[in-house]
Order: sequence, then C-alpha cells, then structure tokens
Amino acid sequence: MDTAFSEEDLKFQGEVRDFIKNNYPQSLRDSINAKRKNGKDLSREDFTDWHKILGKHNGWSAPSWPKKFGGAEFTPTQKYIFEQECAKAECQYVMPFGVNMVGPVIYTFGNDEQKEKYLPGIVSGETFWCQGYSEPGSGSDLASLKTTAVKEGDHYIVNGQKTWTTAANHADWIFCLVRTDPNAPKPQQGISFLLIDMKTPGVTVRPIYLMDGSNEVNETWFDNVKVPVENLIGEENMGWTYAKFLLAHERSGIAGVARSKKAIERIKQIASSEMSYGEPLIQDPAFQRKIADTELELSALEYTELRTLAKDSSGKGPGPESSLLKIKGTDIQQSLTELAMEAVGYYSNPHLGSTLSNEFVGPDYAANVAGTYFNFRKASIYGGSNEIQRGIISKMVLGL
Amino acid sequence: MNFDFTEEQTLLNNMVTSFVRDNYDWETRCSIVKTEEGWKQENWSQFAELGLLGVPFSEDHGGLGGSPTDLMIVMEQFGKGLVVEPYLPSVILAGGLITNLGSKEQTDQIVPKIISGDQRYVFAYAEHQSRFDLFDVKTSAAKDGDCYVINGLKSVVFGAGAATHIIIAARTSGDQRSKKGITLFMTEIGSEGITLQNYPTIDEYRASEVIIENLKVSKDSILGKVDEAYDIIEEEVDKSTIAACSEALGILEVLKDATTDYCKNRKQFGQPISKNQVIQFRLVDMMMEYEQAKSILYMAVTSDLSNPDERRKTVSALKSRMGKAIKFVGENAIQLHGGMGMTEEYMISHYFKRATMIGVLFGNVDYHMKRFIELTQSNIKKFEN
Repeated sequence: MDTAFSEEDLKFQGEVRDFIKNNYPQSLRDSINAKRKNGKDLSREDFTDWHKILGKHNGWSAPSWPKKFGGAEFTPTQKYIFEQECAKAECQYVMPFGVNMVGPVIYTFGNDEQKEKYLPGIVSGETFWCQGYSEPGSGSDLASLKTTAVKEGDHYIVNGQKTWTTAANHADWIFCLVRTDPNAPKPQQGISFLLIDMKTPGVTVRPIYLMDGSNEVNETWFDNVKVPVENLIGEENMGWTYAKFLLAHERSGIAGVARSKKAIERIKQIASSEMSYGEPLIQDPAFQRKIADTELELSALEYTELRTLAKDSSGKGPGPESSLLKIKGTDIQQSLTELAMEAVGYYSNPHLGSTLSNEFVGPDYAANVAGTYFNFRKASIYGGSNEIQRGIISKMVLGL
Repeated sequence: MNFDFTEEQTLLNNMVTSFVRDNYDWETRCSIVKTEEGWKQENWSQFAELGLLGVPFSEDHGGLGGSPTDLMIVMEQFGKGLVVEPYLPSVILAGGLITNLGSKEQTDQIVPKIISGDQRYVFAYAEHQSRFDLFDVKTSAAKDGDCYVINGLKSVVFGAGAATHIIIAARTSGDQRSKKGITLFMTEIGSEGITLQNYPTIDEYRASEVIIENLKVSKDSILGKVDEAYDIIEEEVDKSTIAACSEALGILEVLKDATTDYCKNRKQFGQPISKNQVIQFRLVDMMMEYEQAKSILYMAVTSDLSNPDERRKTVSALKSRMGKAIKFVGENAIQLHGGMGMTEEYMISHYFKRATMIGVLFGNVDYHMKRFIELTQSNIKKFEN
C-alpha cells in the first residue's frame, strides 16, 4: 500500500498546473462566469475551446486513450492528478460523449477506416458528439428501444425518436443504438451501434427545457434517415455488447470527486460571506456539521475511486463496482448543490436568465444556486438511475 | 376530539376547490406566470367577490373573522393549484400586521379596501444580512420634525410588484440586532424615494428588491407604536408560516398522488415500475411523510396561538418538520418520474420548485429546529441521584 505521489508524479502535477495557468483562456472563464451569473446556456465554443487547446497538447483532451490513437495514455495516477488540477483551476470540463464514450468504442470495436475518420476529430475537439440511447419508452429498460434501422442496399433507413439527447443542439454526430433485428429472441440481440451525421436529411432536434429553464437535453427525431452501412460499428446486432462496454466507461468518470472538492471549498466561502444569527453562517454548528458530513463522505469516495482505478490499471477492468462511484458521487453532488442553495437563504429565489427579466439581484455567489439544485436532481437519474445502479451491484457484486 | 371541518369550513373548502378547478387549470396557470405582471387582476377581483380576501379580517370590517383553520383551507387548495396571486404576502401577512397593530382609524380605512380588492399591501422585512432574523434591521428611519426619513435596502419582497402599498420595517432606535427599536411605516408603492427592482423567482412567483432612498413619511404612516413593532412582526410572521405550510401540504399531496399514479402507469422491463419493491417502499415512505406533515399542521392550527411561547414552539415544530417532508416527497417525486420529472413541460417540476422555496420562506429547517430546541431543551431538571 502506497498512496504517496512519486517524484515523477509531482513533476507531472507541476507541468499540468503550469499548462493550465499559461493556456486556459481568460476569455472563456469570463464567458462562462457571465452565463452562469445570468442563467444562460453555454455555447458550443464554451464547450469546445478548452477541449481544442488540450487536443493540441499531446492528446491531453483524451487522457486515457492509447497514444497510437492520439490520446495522452496517462497512468491512473496521472489521470487523477490531471482531473484534480483541472477542477482546482475551474476549467470547463471536456464533454464526455466523444472522448469517454464513442471514442473508446470506435478504437476498440471499429475498423481502420472508422478509426482514421473519427478519432482525430474527437481528440482535437473539431467534431462534437452526442449520444442517442434513451427513448420515450426506454429509459432504465434501454434494451426495449424501438428506433429501427432497415438495410436497403448500401444504406440503413433509420426511423424513430431518441430523447434526453444532451447537447444534440450543438452536435455534428450522434452515436445511436438502433434495432436492426426486430425478431431476435432477446431484445438485447437485435440492436446495432450506428454513427449518424446530424446534418443528414430527416434528423430533427427539438429542445427540452429542464425545470431550471436550461436547454441541455433534446428530443432527436429520425424520419427516413439514410445512413451509409459503413457507419455501423462492429457487427450488426452486436450493439448491446458495445453499449455495455461504453456504459462502464461512462460510470468510471461519474464520481466527480475533484469537482465536488472544489464545490465544498466554494460552499465554505459562501458560508463565510453569509450571515446567520448575526455571525458568519460557517460558524453555525448545524451548517458546519452538514458541510463536514459531506466532506467526510467525499474523502472516503476519493479513496474508493482510487482503489477502483488501481484495480483497473492491473487489467481487471472497472467492473460493476463502478456503480458505487456513480451512486455515491451523485449523492454528494446533490448534497452540495443543496447546501449552496441553503447557504444563500432568501437569495436562492431570484430566477436569473428568465425571459421576463434581465436584472441581476443579490450577491454574485448566489447566482442560480437554486437552479443548480433543481438541475442536479438529474444526476441520480441519468447514466442509469441510482435504483438501477443498486440493482447492478446487488446482482453482479453480491450475487443476489 | 374531532378533526372534521365545520359546515362553514366545508363550504369554504368547496368554494376554493371549485375556484381552482374552474379558473386555474394548468394551461391557464402557465399563461399567467408568463405575463409581465405574473398574476391576474381578474382573479383578484374574483377572490373579492367570493369573499376570500376577507377571510382573516373581522366581521366588523366586512370580513369572515376566519380562524387559522380557515386560512389553512384556503392555502391548501391554493397549493394544489399553484395559485400565484399574492394572497399570502398581502392578505395574510400584511393584512395581519394592519389588523394587529393599526389604530381604529387606520383599520377602518384600510381593511375594507383590502377586502374589496382595491388595495394590496406587502411587508418588507428581510435584508441581506438578516437572513431569517426578523429583528436584524439596518434600514433606518430618522426623525425629521413631524416626519421620518427612511433609507435602506429590503431583499426579496414577495408580491411587491402587484402591491399598491408597502409596510417597511425600519430601525428608529437601538443596534442593528436589537429587538427594541423597530417601527413599521406604511406608504404607497409609488412614493418618491422607493424604487422596486421586480423579478420572477425560480418557482415562478414574483419578488422585488426595494431600494429606499430618503423616503419621507409623516408620523401618521406609522403602524403601531414607535420602537415596539418586533413582537407583533414575529407573531404575524408565525401565523403566515402556518399559512405557507398549508400551501406546502396541498403541494405535497399533488406530488405524492401524481407520483403514485405515474409509477402505476410507467412500464419498464415489461411491467409497471410500481411492481418493484424499492418503488413501492419509496411511495409508502412518501405517503408517511405526507401524513406526518399533515398531522403537525393540524397540531399547529388547533394550538393556542395567543400564548407566545406555545405559538413559537408549535410554528417552529411545523416549519421544521414540513421542510423535511418537502425535501423527501419533492426529491423522490422527481426521482420516480425519472427524466420526465426534470422537465419544465411536466407539471410535477413546478410543484417541486414551489414546495422547495416554501422551505426557505420565513426560515428553513435548521432555523426553526434551533428555535424549537431553544424553547424545549432549556431549564430541564437533571436526575437527582
């Protein structure tokens, strides 16, 4: 057992720190802060600017990818350090759909032409991806999906509807699970993994507004969309295997430990700035206790994640234990958004970014805290709800 | 022992229920919150016609002389419909202060106009540093001959944009956090020296920052005695807290019932999700939270509110417990609805948001828990061994 950083790791930490300091654009920081303050949605550039900068620097936009595909091939420790430093400096995160999801599927199951065609754009941030999984009737029960792809000559004709498509309004490409064999004995067996250009005629994106007024997710409709057969990943009707592979990847990043650490710091600052009973809120024992409770849970989760990562690097794969990271990580994120809302008292009320008012009221740090609390209720629902995750642990880990 | 409504209360309940059903369907409600004003004058006129604006006022002034139970009935139904008209801040809170503190001349003049719907008062109490402490008042009123000159900033004044008049808590003596030295002043919203910054709230109600700069008011505008307003402010805010919790209870009922229905109908893995034990138990827990919240509300409305310590204790017990129920029922309503619950389009998220913001109003769980502890855990005798 040894959890200390080696000299090399410390050198790497310094390198990352310097790189962020010298390369993270102030203009991006300003743009995102202004939007957060005014409750506006981020633009495509806000999502991709930092990604593009990292992409030009030794594949740092794709930390886990092998070097031969243009990634950074960080060790688990380097990846951990990198995430910590990015969170500490409040860098905009790199969208996961390309780098963490479709990318590994393509370099693991795709052919050489596909690797050559798609991987460079994912690393560089030029191509913006989104995920076409959930459908109105297929959420937790993903395998019941109904979107069809029927082969006609050298094309598939795709019809159906995907929902909760994050960032579909910005995306160039979507990776989709589609039904290619409606007569397969099991629903999982008739599904294929298809890449679709969002500019193809017949693809329509409609915004879904969440309860905080944001437009993060969308409905994506497919009406006789012609997709070349070469856009199929791997084998036809084997999509479920690739999807499961991908879901495990999605879960491994979902703990969000580094970001939550930063959020705790921020809450402590808010609580030092807000008054309660005539003294700074951070001196209120009831509030102190709640911050500490969350901080302890996060410390434990950090080591749970490190243990999982260590196991991963020894070749055993993240496994179903990664569901624990998803459940605990999102629990903590939700507690933190709630604490921030609680800390600002009455100033959690103003709705910034409403079309009815452009005025900003209250202290800067109170901007949109209630909206964030409401928005983060999604965390225990997306990526497999926390009930589904518990089901995975009970079945796969405990054998119940 | 009996928890039934009286015949009059049943009539009141039926009347408000029909108002919400007939005039406040979901589309109508959504169109109201999207307007510039965020409330509907016609609804207010209808409240007046139905006698709802007179519920808390004495029969001498043309009111109903209603009890806390009557107000509970109105607010619970308003909660079920997410009625956005500023009944709580103007009729109950500001109306309560005027009734409690106003001279005969003042109440004779003002109360009938509130009941008729011609005037709406709101009460500006919160300041940024005060959080939930009603005695923490920086806004100052300096004597100037027969007048007072008021300066300060009031935070998040609900319903101010819809009001005709405002009641301002200002310091006439003492330190910022002294209970003595607070005086209430009434004036028209349009008075020189008052600027409103109106905005929608996250739960689609309306509030304002009230900037008060050299507002000059005569001593006739004082409500109650100089320096002595605090005890009555606390009492009326406590009563309004019960009303707010009544609204919350109506909301929780909708959340609980809608979620139960949804789980019975939403099919995944070939069966309704309500067939899963984890979902069943969660729905049971939501139902139990709702029942506990209802019980503590009934405890509050039937308690002796004329005894200040009894009132403080019961109101803090209620607000704290209700806050816990709001969190559990609200968060799980969203969770069990899944992605649908997250959307603006689906009504459930609006109920969740309103309930959550009621959780903050007049003090959150921690604030009322602390107040309850102070009233129930001091001067306890130890065992004599």
